[in-house]
Amino acid sequence: MSFDSFSEFLAMGGHGLYVWSSYALGLAVMLGCVLSPILTRKRLITEQQRRLRREEETSS
Amino acid sequence: MPRWFYQLASPRWCYQITGRLLPGFAIAAVLLLMIGTVWGLAFAPPDYQQGNSFRIIYLHVPTAYMAQSIYLTMAIAGAIGLIWKMKVADMVAKSCAPIGAALAVLALATGAIWGKPTWGSWWVWDARLTSMLILLFLYLGVIALNSAIESESTAAQSTAVLALVGLVNIPIIKYSVDWWNTLHQPATFKVTEKPAMPPEMWIPLLIMVIGFYCFFAVVLMLRLRNEILRRERRTSWVRELLLQMRG
Repeated sequence: MSFDSFSEFLAMGGHGLYVWSSYALGLAVMLGCVLSPILTRKRLITEQQRRLRREEETSS
Repeated sequence: MPRWFYQLASPRWCYQITGRLLPGFAIAAVLLLMIGTVWGLAFAPPDYQQGNSFRIIYLHVPTAYMAQSIYLTMAIAGAIGLIWKMKVADMVAKSCAPIGAALAVLALATGAIWGKPTWGSWWVWDARLTSMLILLFLYLGVIALNSAIESESTAAQSTAVLALVGLVNIPIIKYSVDWWNTLHQPATFKVTEKPAMPPEMWIPLLIMVIGFYCFFAVVLMLRLRNEILRRERRTSWVRELLLQMRG
């Protein structure tokens, strides 16, 4: 451990705001990168299944 | 051409193989990024000049590396698509652009946040920073061009050419710190030399870099699979897949 206490860890020797805002931004962007294609996939599958059902109805 | 090259060209085969590879890469990415972040933030020693603000390096350097590696991947995939008319390669190139743009934004933003306490300024028109900004604009250009052209194959060809032309920017970014007298510090890792940092500083950085490569692989596969499903929606195998999912 390079810090003696948790509050020192949060303070980052006075640079806490810079360090923590960087990591918060990093987490937000990375979560967005992962969530965006997962939501797209859900939407895509629902759309295509609806189309499939429509096609079945019209052919029968 | 070897057999795997033809397999790679099959959207169906790519969809199946990425489905099998995804969980492993996802677990590796989460573990490596968590270990690297905790190590870098809490256990690595502070820098003797910059104190604790240097810990931004564990996010800044890997994202900057990735922004360049992803650009290279995008340009190579685009070239393969141009030369061999391989649809999957076009889809890989298209899937790369938004990921690269996001990581370029992150590299620039963490650089600005790090620059404030270190240089006293959020931004300077320095060669390294400017060439990274151009990289972001190249990504945005590729995304815009791709969405502006209706025909999928014309869009893929045009963006591949743009990506290949923009490739000249990559060595400019890499050597900007050597060619020009910049405020930006020189490269942390060099192939020919031992890192200037002690191991307890650079090992977590290396873990983060590998973790970010796994993260890129995960997001690329997620995007590629969506692209395959969308473009192959009329084929019988996607139809069967949709019926299976319905249960």
